[in-house]
Amino acid sequence: MRKLRNNIFYGADFILILLFLILVVLGLLNIFSVSSTSAQFDALSLSSRFGTQLLWVGISIPTVIIIFFLEAKIFERFATLTYVFILIVLAGLFVFGKNINGATSWYSFGSFNLQPSEIAKAITALTVSKILSENYFDLRKLHYQWQIFLIVLIPAILISLQPDPGSALVYAAFFFVFYREGLPWYYIFFGLLAILLFVTTLLFGKIPMLISLLVFLILASFYLYFIKKRKFSRFGGGLFIILLFSSMFILSVDYIVTNVFEQRHRDRFMVILGQTTDTKGIGYNTNQSVLTIGSGGFTGKGFMFGDRTKGKFVPEQDTDYIFSTIGEEWGFLGSSLVILIFTAFLLRILVLAERQKNKFSRIYGYSVASIFFLHFTINIGMVIGVLPTIGIPLPFFSGGGSAFLGFTILLFIFVKLDANKVYEW
Amino acid sequence: MQRGKLLFYFIIIVCVIFITRLFYIQVINEEYRISPFNNSAVRVKYEYPERGYVFDRNGKLLAANQPSYDIMVIPREVKELDTLEFCSLLQIDKADFQKKIDKARIYSPYLPSVFLNQISKDEYAYIQEKMYKFKGFYIQSRSQRDYVVNSAANVLGYISEVNESLIESNPYYQAGELIGTQGIEKQYEEILRGKKGMKFIQKDRFNREIGSFREGIFDSLPEAGKDITLTLDIELQQYGEKLMQNKRGGIVALDPKTGEILSLISTPTYNPNLMVGKDRSKNSVKLFGDKYNLPMYDRALQAQYPPGSPFKIVNALIGLQEGVITPQSSFYCYHGYQYGSSSRAFMACHCNVVNYPIKLEMAIYKSCNAYFANTYRRTIEKYKTPSMGIDVWSNHLKSFGLGEYLGYDLPIGRKGLIPTSEYYNKNYKNGNWKSTATISNAIGQGEVLTTPIQLANLTAAIANKGFYYTPHILKKVENNPFTKFNQKHITTIDAKHFDPIIEGMFQVFEIGTARYSRMETIQMCGKTGTAENFKRINGRKVQFEDHSIFVAFAPKDDPKIAIAIFVENGGFGATIAAPIASLMIEKYLTGNISRPFIEQAMFEKSLAFEYQKQLFSLTSFEKATK
Repeated sequence: MRKLRNNIFYGADFILILLFLILVVLGLLNIFSVSSTSAQFDALSLSSRFGTQLLWVGISIPTVIIIFFLEAKIFERFATLTYVFILIVLAGLFVFGKNINGATSWYSFGSFNLQPSEIAKAITALTVSKILSENYFDLRKLHYQWQIFLIVLIPAILISLQPDPGSALVYAAFFFVFYREGLPWYYIFFGLLAILLFVTTLLFGKIPMLISLLVFLILASFYLYFIKKRKFSRFGGGLFIILLFSSMFILSVDYIVTNVFEQRHRDRFMVILGQTTDTKGIGYNTNQSVLTIGSGGFTGKGFMFGDRTKGKFVPEQDTDYIFSTIGEEWGFLGSSLVILIFTAFLLRILVLAERQKNKFSRIYGYSVASIFFLHFTINIGMVIGVLPTIGIPLPFFSGGGSAFLGFTILLFIFVKLDANKVYEW
Repeated sequence: MQRGKLLFYFIIIVCVIFITRLFYIQVINEEYRISPFNNSAVRVKYEYPERGYVFDRNGKLLAANQPSYDIMVIPREVKELDTLEFCSLLQIDKADFQKKIDKARIYSPYLPSVFLNQISKDEYAYIQEKMYKFKGFYIQSRSQRDYVVNSAANVLGYISEVNESLIESNPYYQAGELIGTQGIEKQYEEILRGKKGMKFIQKDRFNREIGSFREGIFDSLPEAGKDITLTLDIELQQYGEKLMQNKRGGIVALDPKTGEILSLISTPTYNPNLMVGKDRSKNSVKLFGDKYNLPMYDRALQAQYPPGSPFKIVNALIGLQEGVITPQSSFYCYHGYQYGSSSRAFMACHCNVVNYPIKLEMAIYKSCNAYFANTYRRTIEKYKTPSMGIDVWSNHLKSFGLGEYLGYDLPIGRKGLIPTSEYYNKNYKNGNWKSTATISNAIGQGEVLTTPIQLANLTAAIANKGFYYTPHILKKVENNPFTKFNQKHITTIDAKHFDPIIEGMFQVFEIGTARYSRMETIQMCGKTGTAENFKRINGRKVQFEDHSIFVAFAPKDDPKIAIAIFVENGGFGATIAAPIASLMIEKYLTGNISRPFIEQAMFEKSLAFEYQKQLFSLTSFEKATK
């Protein structure tokens, strides 16, 4: 068996790595296009976005090699330790952190800035995988549920206090993992119901929502009582309780939105829901990015020919809004191709995760897929104007060194674990 | 494993939603298709061609262009400067300086905005030398109109900035651009302005220019504006304006053979250069605000006056055409005409031909009211009902271009009023009215209203014996004759009926009402008019001095000029309007004036006192009501 070790990449999933490489190359191309707009553009200079990005891609290569040199067991063994370490690092930000754009999310080393929250995702995923893979652990039991929620919530809260609520929101991805590993269905059900009620309440207001709930209750009761007589006693009570909580939730949503939310939060939701049309102020980002993508048309304007990209109309176009460049320069063909590649990438991770014999590897793989999925959904959803503005990067595309390195580590730990399955017969 | 499907489906659903949404915004929804025109990433830079020059019929320059200079500022580029020196250079104070720079900064720190506009040529020369000291400021030259001749302001019109609604309705214009708003500047805007050139420039979100858009594939070059030649004779125009000084009114002189407008005078007028340059808006407020003199009101085109006696000529023509009179028909005048049984149903006449049968010719040169009242009444009563009669009568009038827009090529005008049966049926219940109710129409008083240009056109039609060309002001574009108005309009009156009328009009100068304006050298035909006029003050009809009216054409056998003159409150037609008409005819036909004493008298004649009186009675009423 030892012979196999001669090639450290032995067993690594070729398709996944290929997809990864495609995404990285596409990402670099687009960052090149965006950063080539400034007059003194020098591709290899560290002062340009492309230059730094290229540097970070370079840094990630030895990192990947190191990951492959490590024993696969190490990740499981040191998960808890690194978890504690990263919590300290995150907490340390409040003392030593550097404030950029209003969030104290960075450690600054000279001209280098490191964002620990990007690494924290991978570490949290490892820790969650480790705990969930313990034999005694049963997600159907309430105190275990709370235990694992806490593991996820602590870094999430620390990050949202920076404040970087976008990055914190990514931790919601672990709910997919929990559900996969046995969290009762009603968590997901109520989660989705809550989101649905939240959105519809914002859209239609509390009074129509309460009335329609009441109507639904009456109709459902009639249905159960007269047509499915025996089921009434079984479901009637539950139905009533659900609707009672729903109406309480609607009232509290209304209260929270009007009294707890700040105006900018309200605005972000309202813009997406089409309740506000302000293209200059709060809706500026979304409006500009949708316009930019739309201007690409079916075939796009061509690489480096995006005039709106050149004009820097979309804010943060080299980071969170990078997808608008793809939309403008590559058109519908290019942007939907990127979506398809990303989807293939996510599904590949998912398929590999399900294939794992080792529970730890499986859960970790599932976590990786969930985290990438949430980034993908929230980022592109925001850029194409179907989700509210939440600033999180698009993996491998958005400029930003820590994020790129974080995603690469997150992915390649899984690739390593996956490659390692050949030793676990 | 079943639980593993959840994320799988989520991924598929999100993928489908995203691609659908992309398809919507990139392929289906036209709203997001961006052309270089509505693309905020691209600025269109316009290059304005020089506006075409305007010449009169003899090639005399009327309107040209001159450079004007704006001092521009880009606030971001302004460096420390000696404010005191700068302010004294531009002759502004420091507070003003701060205000202007703040305003520019609010507009945009990156974009140039006008700091001080339209400085004069002299100031420019001086300031230009020191400009290098002040970073962020520069001088931009523009072209603005220069009206070379201080005359014909009502014809030339003026240029002003386009307004909101026009920008919306006409995609050619952008905010801040200029457009002809009155006169020929408006009428022939598209010929004069040419076509602006366009350069598409890529810019960034701060509106900074970062190069040419797509290597200039959409760019276009400006097309120069075309020079135009007017039919106007500027010397005649200026002469007429001088004759009309201190009098309100309008003069229209036409070439009956072509319909060309030789002069179009409206007084009081203004210097067309008042509507140019940095004081434009100030002057504009002043000119438009002058509600007593109404200098912006074109009396030659817009003023509707009762035509008075010249209208008798058409009534006679209609009578002849309808066969109700012949040149030999005669009527008696009893110091007027009794048209009803009551003593009030009497139209007075001052022709003073008593106990003597008045024939057509004499009726014209003596301007006998009774004769035309008879003729008019016969015309109307020829038909079964007065309604039918009136409609026949008004159709004849309409064939002379009365009661309708004439269709000339100037942007303003009035229809005048030629009543029809419909008009009277509206005013009299159940159509219960007789021809005598409208008897004032016989002498151009009553309901009839005409504008000076309509009356001039009527005179031209008479001079031509039954046809006219639509009056127009444009003669040539560059060197191409303008042919749009070459179509002959034939009136409903046969040519043979005009001879006795013209003879009568000739006698007006020979032995009739205008005999004091007679000239040996030129055979003129004309008709005096005096129209009563009232102003409603405090609900009461107050009568003011009559309007002086005169129409004429000359020479009698080969008409070269037809003219109509209204002088507001000028009194009897023969006292002011007729001499002015004869002077203008002489000036146009011979080029000089043989009767300097009449000319002098007309120059000096002022109606200012009469207008003062009117103003007084109007303002005293206004004061009383306050």
